[in-house]
Amino acid sequence: MSKVQDYLIERLGIADTIVYAKKKTVPIHKQSFWYYWGGISLFCFIVQAVTGILLMVYYRPGPEAYESVRQITFETQFGWLIRSVHNWSATIFLVSVFIHMFSVFFMKAYRKPRELGWWSGMLLLLLGLTFGFSGYLLPMDDLSYFATKVGLEVPNTIPLIGPAIANLLRGGLEVSEFTVQRFFALHAVILPILYLPLLAIHLWLIQKHGNALPPTEEAKPESERRNMPFFPNFLAKDLAMWLITLNVIAVMASLFPWNLGPPADTLAPAPEGIHPEWYFMSQFATLKLVGRILPGMWGEAFGMTLFTLGLVLWFLIPIFDNDKANGVRSRQVTYFGIFVVAVLILTTIWGYIGL
Amino acid sequence: MSDLTADPTEPQVDEEMSRRGFVRVAVTGVTLAYVAAIGYPIYRYLNSSVEKSAAMAAVKDVTLDKANDIPKGTALMFKFGIRPAMLIHHEDDSWVALDAVCTHMGCTVKFDAAKGNIHCACHGGTYDAKTGQNIGGPPPRPLTVYKVAVNPTSVTVSRV
Repeated sequence: MSKVQDYLIERLGIADTIVYAKKKTVPIHKQSFWYYWGGISLFCFIVQAVTGILLMVYYRPGPEAYESVRQITFETQFGWLIRSVHNWSATIFLVSVFIHMFSVFFMKAYRKPRELGWWSGMLLLLLGLTFGFSGYLLPMDDLSYFATKVGLEVPNTIPLIGPAIANLLRGGLEVSEFTVQRFFALHAVILPILYLPLLAIHLWLIQKHGNALPPTEEAKPESERRNMPFFPNFLAKDLAMWLITLNVIAVMASLFPWNLGPPADTLAPAPEGIHPEWYFMSQFATLKLVGRILPGMWGEAFGMTLFTLGLVLWFLIPIFDNDKANGVRSRQVTYFGIFVVAVLILTTIWGYIGL
Repeated sequence: MSDLTADPTEPQVDEEMSRRGFVRVAVTGVTLAYVAAIGYPIYRYLNSSVEKSAAMAAVKDVTLDKANDIPKGTALMFKFGIRPAMLIHHEDDSWVALDAVCTHMGCTVKFDAAKGNIHCACHGGTYDAKTGQNIGGPPPRPLTVYKVAVNPTSVTVSRV
């Protein structure tokens, strides 16, 4: 055994890496709990990859999309389970990504030298949301049809080039089997190609810079800080969290299997109470709200501009809050973060109440 | 009392070892249970189309509408369940139905009316067109013969 080990270590040239890994530690403090959410997101992503590949075994994009999902859900052995796991894992993935992002934000973990971690993470979030949006259409039932129709109105509001972009994404002037076909290519090929290298960079940066300390911990002298070894202590805890996540996904997928609505029908009116998935609810509700105050085209444009600006500001936080002095809180940034969380939560709740 | 059980540290070491052993067995057991709980649905899922295909292959008979009209000296290709099969109406008015999959490497065979035999293009195997007997080339076994019932408007082919 150890001969094989030695052989591999030498041939792979990873002796240095192993020394480094043995020295790797994770800080222990009151906020350590938040360190697990990136790992939970990663686990959900792995589940997505596995179940996604399994669904691809029977899924047929294009005109047969709905029929193939119907077969997967109702005829194929355990197809309902694979599909439900894919949907529930997507939901939990985005929940944990959001928790991960906000914990990084409030711990100020985006500060030097971790700016690239923040930016790569933000791009991963945007790709994750695009995964969600493109995957939602693939069953081509009535909800996914209208969600995509409405969603593609968003790029449509971009001045001048908007309609051309929307048409290219749709593969036509209306959502059709061509849209499903190219959304499938996007969902199962293009997005993974973009996502995986970015994820690799993101994970590599964490290995490089280690876990960030929250400002309260950084203020403490070195001697008062506590650490645990990454191998095996933190890894064991990480795996325990993965196991809990797996169980949550399994329970949700079994008890609340994902629904399949009636097939998309261009002539059928949109069903009452139609709304986007929860992760787009805030935008949906805000656009509705802005539309009440400022009806018509201008309200829409104003709302979209507001979102874009907010997102750009959020993205650029490491530049605004680049205070390198340890232990200095930049209160405004924290307040801004609390404001953003509050707005997201309130508009989401408002969106669900207003249904 | 306790000094009868010899060195008090001895059983403690044993207990430590058995606890370690217990944890190892428990972790292995739980891991295997998870592997089974995840692996079984995935296996059944991937095997689902195999089960469907097996169910389709299990048909006992096929009725071919208007097949009673096919001219003498010709063959009609049809699907018996999911396998290709052929119905031959011989010049002497006899009817023969055979599995059309070559027993050598699985190619679909062809009725050669001129030679009156069945021929496989892949490796040159030949079969007797009446009995399905392998008469030339590499095929190791004869073709399976089905029972034929000619009805007024159809032909029914069934397993022997």
